[in-house]
Formats: sequence, C-alpha cells, structure tokens
Amino acid sequence: MSARTVRRRIASGVMTGIVAVLSFTAVLALVLILADLIAKGASSIDWAFFTKSPVPAGESGGGVANAIVGTGIVVGMAALIGLPIGIGVGLFLAEYGSGRVGFLVRFIADVLNGTPSIVIGIFAWTWMVKPVGRFSAIAGSLALAILMIPMISRTTEEMVRLVPHSLREAALALGYPRWRTSLRVVARTALGGIVTGCLVGIARVAGETAPLLFTALGNLNFTTKVTQPMQTLSLQIYVYATGPFEEWHRIAWAAALLLMAFVLILAMVARYVTRQRYGRAR
Amino acid sequence: MAAPDNVRLRLETLRLTALFGRTAAVREVSILFPAHTVTAIIGPSGCGKSTFLRCLNRMHELSEGGWVTGKVLLDEVDIYASDVNPIQLRRRIGMVFQRPTPFPTMSIYDNVAAGLRVNGTRPRKEMDEAVERALRQSAIWDEVKDRLHASALELSGGQQQRLCIARAIAPQPEILLLDEPTASLDPTGTQRIEELCHELKKVYTIVIVTHNLQQAARVSDYTAFFYMGGLVEVGRTSDIFTKPKVEQTEQYITGRFG
Repeated sequence: MSARTVRRRIASGVMTGIVAVLSFTAVLALVLILADLIAKGASSIDWAFFTKSPVPAGESGGGVANAIVGTGIVVGMAALIGLPIGIGVGLFLAEYGSGRVGFLVRFIADVLNGTPSIVIGIFAWTWMVKPVGRFSAIAGSLALAILMIPMISRTTEEMVRLVPHSLREAALALGYPRWRTSLRVVARTALGGIVTGCLVGIARVAGETAPLLFTALGNLNFTTKVTQPMQTLSLQIYVYATGPFEEWHRIAWAAALLLMAFVLILAMVARYVTRQRYGRAR
Repeated sequence: MAAPDNVRLRLETLRLTALFGRTAAVREVSILFPAHTVTAIIGPSGCGKSTFLRCLNRMHELSEGGWVTGKVLLDEVDIYASDVNPIQLRRRIGMVFQRPTPFPTMSIYDNVAAGLRVNGTRPRKEMDEAVERALRQSAIWDEVKDRLHASALELSGGQQQRLCIARAIAPQPEILLLDEPTASLDPTGTQRIEELCHELKKVYTIVIVTHNLQQAARVSDYTAFFYMGGLVEVGRTSDIFTKPKVEQTEQYITGRFG
C-alpha cells in the first residue's frame, strides 16, 4: 500500500468515526428524554389519569382528563383553521407563486415561521383576549393556527413542486381547466406529502406552551366550552412541574410522557404515509 | 402540398410563428393536414418540431413566454381567434407526450375516464362503454380488462403509453397529436404504437413528431421536414424519402447531417 492510500484510509476512517459519534449523540438525546419520561412518568399512568380531572392541591389521586380533552379541542380547532389556509397558500405558491405576490407571500411565511411563538401568543391576546376581557380556548387555537400556517404552506409548496411538470401538461392537454389540474391531478399526486406536512405541523403545535399561556390560560376543571379558559397538556405540565407538590410533579411527568407519545405517534403515522406514497409512485 | 380533392381538410397552419419571448422557435410555417392521414414531422433536435406541435392545441402559450403569430385553422376556424376557448379546444385535439404520463393517483379506468369526466358527468353504462372503446382502439383492452381498477403505475412503459393514447382518444377528439410517442419505449412497444397509428388514422387525423426516420417512413402518409425553426419541405412520405426536392432534405434523410 502506498503512503497516499494509507493516508486516505486513515482520513476516511477518522471522518466516519466523527460522523458516527455525532449521529449517536443526536439519537442519544431522544433516547435519554424518552427513558427519563418513562422512568418517572409511566408508573403514574393509570385509568384515573385518563378519566379524572385534577383534585384540589395537596390531595392525592386525580388525572388530566381535562387537559387531554382540552388539547384535543384546542389543537383540533387550530388544525381546522390552519390546515385549509396553509394548504391553500401552499398550492397558490406552487402553482401561481412565480410573480411578485408569490415572492411577498413566501417572504411573509418565512418571517412568520421564524417568529417566536410567544410573540404570536401576545398577538392573539391583543386581538382575542383583551377586547373580550376573557381568556378562551378559541384564542389559543387561533395562536396555534397562525403558527401552523407558514409551516404547512411551505411543506405543501415543496411537495406540489415535486410533481412532474409533464403530469400537469398531460391534464391541461386533456382540456382540464387550470384550477382542476391543480386540485385533481397535482394536489392529489402530492397528497401523501401534504398529509405528512400537516401531521408534522400538528405535532409541532401540540406541544406549544408559550402562546397558550395568555390565550387558553389553563383550567383546573373539565370544560368543553371554547369561549372559556381551557387546560391543555402543555399548560398542565408547566403549572404542575413548577408547583410545590410532589403529587403534581408525578402527574407532570406522566403528562409529559403522554404528550411525547402523541407527538411520536403522529411522526410515525407521517412516516408511514410518506412510505405508502413512494411505494405506490415508485 | 396538394391534397386530393376528395379529402376533407381538417387542420391547416398559415404562416404560423411560435415565439419564446422575442426568440422565434418556429418561423412562418404553413402546412395542410388532410383528414384521416398521418403526417410525420421530422428534423434534427431543436428544429422546433415539438414547439410547432404544441401550437396546434394551444399548449405552447402555456410555456414561459410562449406566444404565436399567424393562424391555425381547424375546420376553417382560426383556433387563435379571441372567441375560441383554449380549454374547450384542447378537448377536441388529443395529445400524447414523449414519456408516458398516466395520472399516478388514478386507476386505469379513471385515467381513461378523466378526459370524459371533464366534459361533464354521464351515465355509468355510457362511461363504461366509452372507456372500453378507447382501450380497444388503443390495443390494450385485452391486457387490462381484468384489472381496470388497479393503479395505472402497475403497467409497463409501453402499456402506459398506450393507456395515454386511450386517455387522449376517449373524448373522441378530431385530431391526435403525438410528440415522439415511442422515444422512451423498447422495439416491441414502438411497433405496437406504430401499428396503432395505422388503425387510428381511420378515425382521427394524426400528426406525429418523431426523431426516427424509419418510423416516419413506416407510419406516415405525409412528411414535413423542419430545420432551424422553418419548414424546409413537405410532401407525400414516399416522395420525401425517394425524391426530395430540396437538397437539405436529402442530406438529412441520407444521414449526412442532423
């Protein structure tokens, strides 16, 4: 072996080693978080955890049913507002976004994407809470929807752009109007990717706490009224983890585990959907 | 090109010029396409033959910066007249592209039905018949009749291309434009498409762009030779290939350039 070959082999080996260590570190963070959550939270997850609302401070027992339902409602409403707008904006950007308007919308989406979520919370507070004089779940949903829109519009745009131009032309040559080409052929072909983007977007906002602090606020009682303050898992974790009671810490760990599991499941479903798409479209 | 008197004229271009911005890709082309004939457009790469074809169903204007001058007459009506709706027009002129482009989310059946559905809904039975007719005409019925609701992506490349032909002819267009339809196919697939041309010209008027001179000789009644965006010569295929009038044509078909 010549000296050069040896040198190349050593360089290759060292780089491979560095990359492996770095990858391991990244994976390790997730593994440690999950392990910690399971160790401290799993034992507190029982039937009552899912079915009961919190009991007064100091008493033992109780669960986070109000927060589970609250998360469902707040995130669900956010998705209802955010997904159609986000997907619509994404389609617009991909299909008609080559001009000045497209540039502007894309720029705004990027700025919005980088805006700290607490700023968006303050915005929602200014327009939805202060005028009414009451914290509400719907204000929280609005804040989360604003967070979702830029994320979803940019992923939708990218997925739609992946659809081959030849497919669009084939539809137009058949006498499809442009809007029908966009919806029936292009968007449908990109559907797997769009769904993945939506799921990731939902998972992202499900764990948001800051924008909910002064919108949905939190609520120790069970409620489904969207004009009232409402509890979510993230808010519950925030309050309980910083609270003085051992019982609260226990429940906070369990709630954190539940939230993490929810996000993980969404991410896995997103993966599955993507794989289905590539499986079918080769 | 003098067409026999007994042939009804279907499609004609008059001094058709196709531009991208300020650059002309096709210059002042006038050709007559008699009904129920196959006309082949040949010429070296970049000579404007595909662009010319795309002017015939107003697809060219959808390209970035694409516009035209001159006329394209379909049954003596200028398709570029202001009262012609290009979307309606494209339903009268079918087009098949170089690479098979089946809609990946649709089944075989839905692919063929796509062009019919865009024209409005019709009874189930009528739709079934139209789909079967198009698939039979495209010589692919026997291969797909048992799996009409399978994904179109399960078909081979050659089958996909015949499916695209079925999709194009299902709405019963008047003209069929083929843009190098066999460019991505193997010899067997190519042969099937060429046989298909002979069958389809009984019903449709066909314009086929091809890189392959033997193919032009095999399938077409008339041949037009394009060079550098201009029409050099057009005539009966047998004349073009045996006694071309222009020297450039002879040089090209004998393989001395292009």
